[in-house]
Amino acid sequence: MSEKPRQNSNIDEPTGTEFVGHEWDGIQELNTPLPRWWLWTFYATIAWAAVYVVLYPAWPMVNQATEGVLGWTSRGQLSKEMSAADVARRSTFERIAATDITKLSADPELLNQAISGGAAAFRQHCVQCHGAGAAGYEQYGYPNLNDDDWLWGGSLTDIQYTLTHGIRWEGSDETRVTYMPAFEGVFNDGQVNALVSHVRSLSGETQGSAAGAQLFDTNCAACHGTDGAGDRAMGAPALNDAIWLYGDSPASIRRQILAPRHGVMPGWSDKLDPVTIKMLATYVHSRGGGEAEAPVEVENEADAETDNVAASAEAGDDGQS
Amino acid sequence: MANPDQLERPDGKRDWGGALPQVEADPIVKARPPQPTPKLYEKRKAVHNKRIDGPFRRFKWLVMLVTLGIYYGTPWIRWDRGPYAPDQAVLIDLANRRFYMFDIEIWPHEFYFVAGLLIMAGIGLFLVTSAVGRAWCGYACPQTVWTDLFQHVDRFFDGDRNARIRLDKAPWRPSKIARRGAKWTTYLIISMLTGGAWILYFADAPTLFVDFFTLEADPVAYMTVAVLTGTTFWLGGFMREQVCIYMCPWPRIQAAMLDEKSLIVTYKDWRGEKRGSVKKAAKNPELYGDCVDCLQCVAVCPTGIDIREGQQIGCITCGLCIDACDRVMAEVDRPRGLIDYATMEQCEAEAAGAPAKPAWKALLRPRTFIYLGIWGSIGVAMLFALGTRAHTELTVSPDRNPPYMLMKDGSVRNSYTLRLRNMEARPRDMEIALAGLPAGAVMWTDQIASDDAAATQTVTVPADETRVVRAYVVIPKGERAESFTFELTSLDEQAERDSEETTFTNPGDQ
Repeated sequence: MSEKPRQNSNIDEPTGTEFVGHEWDGIQELNTPLPRWWLWTFYATIAWAAVYVVLYPAWPMVNQATEGVLGWTSRGQLSKEMSAADVARRSTFERIAATDITKLSADPELLNQAISGGAAAFRQHCVQCHGAGAAGYEQYGYPNLNDDDWLWGGSLTDIQYTLTHGIRWEGSDETRVTYMPAFEGVFNDGQVNALVSHVRSLSGETQGSAAGAQLFDTNCAACHGTDGAGDRAMGAPALNDAIWLYGDSPASIRRQILAPRHGVMPGWSDKLDPVTIKMLATYVHSRGGGEAEAPVEVENEADAETDNVAASAEAGDDGQS
Repeated sequence: MANPDQLERPDGKRDWGGALPQVEADPIVKARPPQPTPKLYEKRKAVHNKRIDGPFRRFKWLVMLVTLGIYYGTPWIRWDRGPYAPDQAVLIDLANRRFYMFDIEIWPHEFYFVAGLLIMAGIGLFLVTSAVGRAWCGYACPQTVWTDLFQHVDRFFDGDRNARIRLDKAPWRPSKIARRGAKWTTYLIISMLTGGAWILYFADAPTLFVDFFTLEADPVAYMTVAVLTGTTFWLGGFMREQVCIYMCPWPRIQAAMLDEKSLIVTYKDWRGEKRGSVKKAAKNPELYGDCVDCLQCVAVCPTGIDIREGQQIGCITCGLCIDACDRVMAEVDRPRGLIDYATMEQCEAEAAGAPAKPAWKALLRPRTFIYLGIWGSIGVAMLFALGTRAHTELTVSPDRNPPYMLMKDGSVRNSYTLRLRNMEARPRDMEIALAGLPAGAVMWTDQIASDDAAATQTVTVPADETRVVRAYVVIPKGERAESFTFELTSLDEQAERDSEETTFTNPGDQ
């Protein structure tokens, strides 16, 4: 090339293609024409862009982009999809609403949907106190919902009632309410120590004494039972098991005797619809500690011990299937 | 920087640096006379390929028959898999995430089989290209097959090459409008059949077929058919060879994989040149070669190129020009194979006087066998993996929140989510057992009551499904446990086993 610059020829000899006319350091560009349809495709994309700019939000302005003739927004699309999802869920909600909570287990698919719905609602309304794993917080006295110990009963209807009306909740007349009297000033120091030892001995944690037993029988057994089994009808906790709402150390028990703490759970009937409450109850019940429905006549019995024995005997056969 | 003139090599040839002294002024303005504006875009030159018959044409017919037969016929093949699985031989069941292919069923977690198939396809491409050049382009590529089909439609409605060229130039009279209408309608019908067959791979074909016409099919089905009809109509009916020349990356990739030992369609210029008619050649036999310049090779080419210009991107190596040239050579009584499948190496050897070798001998070289070996071993390995894969699997994930649970009686409970996979097309009973826990450890599940807690439990896993089971494992008061194993055994004659080790969290562990 350098000896014979192609000054007069407009054609590249080896390929027979003409040059475009650009040259850089002796390198020339061949003109291999683009197909005409490619050009039209390019124009079509430009036209499409023009149409798009008119139809959809496009130009960024000071506060927001231009709106577009179609009025489309991502928020609008989201709300449309959300309401479509609501419509799709409606039939399931209606079926759950129409089914008694104790009969949900007859339809495993419906029960599963209820548990899933309950799990979602739990994440929104319950985790603040009971924690994401529903394990509660001992230091605050928020109960663990996974275990098999229930203050007010662990059957589906019991849980549903607690959810609806709450515990010591001012917003409901039917709320579950009980107060343990404070024994501050009633016992002297030795008596309190004997009582603490006796309470801990009920679950085998330590040796009790006759004096402690005597004090317990006189002051505590009316609610907690002679053997410390508790009474769900009045929300008196069982003292003979391994689970302690406020801790099992002597100091914790001593504090609870002298100045008892009382947790409050809001009733949800004014915030949540009955279907959500029902789903929440099935979810809590499904966490592994749910109990079977107690036979109605037993539940009304005054004898707390019978109630407890019956309930724990049927615990686990809990209608989760 | 060195003076470019010092870059002279001993043999007298100049290095690239020798070009530098040329640029002392603006060479274009100085040296070049004003030129006409170059043409930047050009209209497509329509290809009206002539009918030809010969071994390669017949092979193309055969490949078209087989590939289209497979494409349109496969969804209709039935395959009995029992009551719990679909009876379609080849089915991509996206909704249920299953891929059925005769006796093979692939689950999403086995997608590596599909990846393996893709790798095989890639290496198969190396194999075919290094051995027989762009055979994929020439015979089996869908673009080639459908273009060929549409060109036959052209021929059926408009006649052969010359008639089509005349009709193209003719003004739009009713007769031309009628012909074009009929031809394009036929294009459209073929395109719709193409799109229609595609969706049958994704649902039960007979059901979908009926639903499609009773307007009960999913909107996605209609959209897919519409898109594929449009692309087939456009790409097969109108774009044709331009897809290969301008759009498709494969010709570029394949060109990089060819070497001088690959079979390609070549014009043997050492034999053909100088071109001239039979009459001229009879007068001056010394001056003229075998090529009679009849342009039959150009006339039959489906991409409209002249193979005598050598290897080029537009050549899909379909071999139709070989058919055309061989017929002409037979007529003028010259040996066949002026255009032929040959390697570049063989061409050069023949030009230097070596005897012709049969084309298949070009296949016998290490590269072919290495590719074949790799390709085959991947295939064998995949078949082995498919044949020996377990149809049962257990995965365990312990609950992390809460990590453990103290029970009323002082025992400790951990919760686990078990996934029991049953890849057989029938429901199976499976036994889950605990191994490595202290004596007295029991479990129950969300379906089995705590009253029935035991060290082993039996659950039924539905056919062709993964069942999720929430399992509660309890160890007695005072015991501790670190890690243990869930053991799964299928309670049937296969007695397939799987196990997974997991941890047990005790109070105070965290």
